Amino acid sequence: MKQAEEILQILKDNFPDSILELKTDQPTEPILIASPLEIDKLGLFLRDSSELLFDSLMNLSGVDEIKANLLSVYYHLESTKLKHKITLKVSTDRNKPEVSTVTEVWKAADWHEREAYDLFGIIFLNHPDLRRILMPYDWDAGYPLRKDYENPEFYQGMKVPY
Amino acid sequence: MLAMRTEEMVLNMGPQHPSTHGVLRLELVLEGEIIINVIPHIGYLHRCFEKHCEAMTYPQIVPYTDRMDYLSPMGNEFGYAVAMEKLLGIQVPERVEYIRVIMAELQRISSHLVALGTYGADIGAFTPFLYCFRDREKILSLFEMTCGARLLYNYIWVGGLSHDLHPDFIRKTRDFIKEFRPNLKEVNDLLSHNRIFIDRTANVGILPVDTAINYGVSGPNLRGSGIKWDVRKEDPYSVYHKFDYDIPVGEGKYGTVGDSWDRYYVRVLEMEESCKIIEQALDQLPEGDVQSAIPKRIKPPVGHVYARVENPRGDLGYFIISDGSTSPYRVKVRAPSFVSMQVLNELCKGYMVADVVTILGSIDIVLGEIDR
Amino acid sequence: MMYDFLVDLFGNSTAASIIAGTIQSILPLFAFILPFALFAVYLERKVSAHMQDRLGPMRTGWHGWKQTIADILKLIQKEDIVAKDNDKLLFNLAPIIVFAGSYAAFAAIPFTSIFIGTEVDLGIFYIIAVTGIVVAGILMAGWASNNKYSLLGSMRSVAQIISYEIPTILVALSLVMISGSMSLHTLSEQQTGYAWNWYIFGGPGTELSKFLLIPFMFTGFLIIYISTLAEVNRTPFDIPEAESELVSGYHTEYSGMKFAMFFLAEYANMFAVSAIVVALFLGGYQSPVGYLGDLFNAPWLIPIEQFTWFTIKGIFFVFVQMWLRWTLPRLRVDQLMAASWKYLIPIAFVNLIIIGLITLL
Repeated sequence: MKQAEEILQILKDNFPDSILELKTDQPTEPILIASPLEIDKLGLFLRDSSELLFDSLMNLSGVDEIKANLLSVYYHLESTKLKHKITLKVSTDRNKPEVSTVTEVWKAADWHEREAYDLFGIIFLNHPDLRRILMPYDWDAGYPLRKDYENPEFYQGMKVPY
Repeated sequence: MLAMRTEEMVLNMGPQHPSTHGVLRLELVLEGEIIINVIPHIGYLHRCFEKHCEAMTYPQIVPYTDRMDYLSPMGNEFGYAVAMEKLLGIQVPERVEYIRVIMAELQRISSHLVALGTYGADIGAFTPFLYCFRDREKILSLFEMTCGARLLYNYIWVGGLSHDLHPDFIRKTRDFIKEFRPNLKEVNDLLSHNRIFIDRTANVGILPVDTAINYGVSGPNLRGSGIKWDVRKEDPYSVYHKFDYDIPVGEGKYGTVGDSWDRYYVRVLEMEESCKIIEQALDQLPEGDVQSAIPKRIKPPVGHVYARVENPRGDLGYFIISDGSTSPYRVKVRAPSFVSMQVLNELCKGYMVADVVTILGSIDIVLGEIDR
Repeated sequence: MMYDFLVDLFGNSTAASIIAGTIQSILPLFAFILPFALFAVYLERKVSAHMQDRLGPMRTGWHGWKQTIADILKLIQKEDIVAKDNDKLLFNLAPIIVFAGSYAAFAAIPFTSIFIGTEVDLGIFYIIAVTGIVVAGILMAGWASNNKYSLLGSMRSVAQIISYEIPTILVALSLVMISGSMSLHTLSEQQTGYAWNWYIFGGPGTELSKFLLIPFMFTGFLIIYISTLAEVNRTPFDIPEAESELVSGYHTEYSGMKFAMFFLAEYANMFAVSAIVVALFLGGYQSPVGYLGDLFNAPWLIPIEQFTWFTIKGIFFVFVQMWLRWTLPRLRVDQLMAASWKYLIPIAFVNLIIIGLITLL
């Protein structure tokens, strides 16, 4: 059962070049901030390291932080064997959002990342099948869950605002 | 000698189909009757729940959470209440906690009855379907007595409940449990140990434990693979730590551990455990005011919370980010069926078309939850 | 008897005999099948309802007995939808052939001692041959519907019917060996006396071979009952019409009167196979306890009683078929085939050989 500070220390020891920090000012849990292109290596280490054993990805969600001009992805990880949890966050530039995929590490991320792509436009590099999942496959009017999204006038000849 | 050219056939189990449990399109790539690939296409029931939440105040979101997994609305509301109370840091009265547990367990029984009934109907046994629904009607009238609605309740609010219990509720619930136990045994005799049912479901769709955890499967599907993992015991919320109940797991009685029969039987056993919890909760129910802790205006501090509850289909997680105003900044719902659907392709490889229906029924999905 | 009466009516000529023959064979059977099908549909709905702890049709007439009439009237006036890409000729021909196949089987079934559709010496052989026509009809229906699901359903149905005909034939053959005749009429006549003389209890007579035969007759009875259940596509063998997988299988695309013909054919078929099982094993139209006609010395009463006994036994087995449908889940297609080829056929073969040996005694 490890606390967030201990996990941060173990990660810093193994990945000295990555940007890692712990944010503890807001309720309710501390967030571990990592770099978007390193998250797959971090994920593999988190899953396989014998001290951490994070074998289950509970949740992966995209967040649009329009004030800071960032698109973020939050990862909630859990270890079924060692019974500890951690929250990870990566942020990318809103105009060119690219995050490494963690599908190789936790298969559960597959559809979650597709949903983040569908609703926010975050491109997950090396994802096996990145296409829209909830919206129609040919929806070309943007990414609905972004804060500055507006409904298009027409979709395939049908008027969208009812 | 000319070699015969065979092609793979693509069969659509289209959005309208009697046994895909909602509007789901399954694209089956077949070679004769053997399945090579199953590609699910979802999104037919997407109602933009998460975007709506950003435009509503926190109490207004509660009826919308009902409508995600419409077969277990109390569970959804419970999850939302647990998450919000964790963020706000408020403590609800004991009576509220006990009533919430009773409602959640009754909801678990009702949801599993639907799952089992429709599973039997998919396999071809039409009679258990009606027996299960007859018992479910009794539960729905208990709910109607409490909050006025049969199917979508708007009952568990942030900080309390919308109504207190009806004076007859406790007696009628006890009567229901007394009638339910022999009925459960009857359905068990009719379906679970029937030779033909076992032939159809044992050794079909075997899910190994490590694959299950990697895919994020939870709930009865994970327990059917043999591991005792239940959010009520691992991450206790509300007053679950005060009750004495068991976690049934799949043991591979008729086939291998983790096949469809195991997942089905875990649900049957869970109904019995829920009966135990309800009886204990009714015995320990304290007095109190159910609406005393409901805040007049919900304005949580800037922050985030991730909380989960044990829904009948798995663990339902709410990730809520608040920016200090009366509407949330982001609400993400981690729906258990959404995650369990991914494992369908793995499970179906190498089986026949008739088995797709069996495997899909044993995973027990609800499209409202997947698409939100 | 009816034949002679009709020939006299139309004047004694060959044309008259042809007309008389046609009317005598067709009319009574039709007059029997139609009300029976109406009754069977109503029975199914009520049986299924009461087994599922509900009531079934209750409003049309006393306890809903007019429900099927209402349904038939509705089906007759429905629009007859034929999709653009269907093979028109086959699509229209299929229900007729399916119905004709089951209807023709009724010709050789003895209803009472004085009436049988046609006096064919080939009896059982004719029946089995003619029910094979249904296979062609089902294939036509599946193919002409231009629908992948229907095609799958009809292929499965054809495979199922063909595989399950073999145990039926083997058991029927064993019975033919014992009785020495293929005509069902003769078979029924041989089982006179009380229930003890029925073939399921070894047949008429009191020699040792009769008692030796009893267990093998029971096995034969079970085998033929299960095989005929599969021939009429009833649960647990109803994969071709599996509602939850193939949305009604080979008759998905049919509407209106054509659908009604498939429906009618199914219930007529159910009675036909029950009647065959009854005629072979349970004494056909013979009463188990003797006749009231003999008691009151009124010989004209006997054929009517025989007819009543026959219908009661037939309806009882139809009821058992319905009972099985609403209790058991359905077998998967490969399990279905395995059941026939790996279990029923070997057992039927062994049964046949042993019965043959016993008859040699």
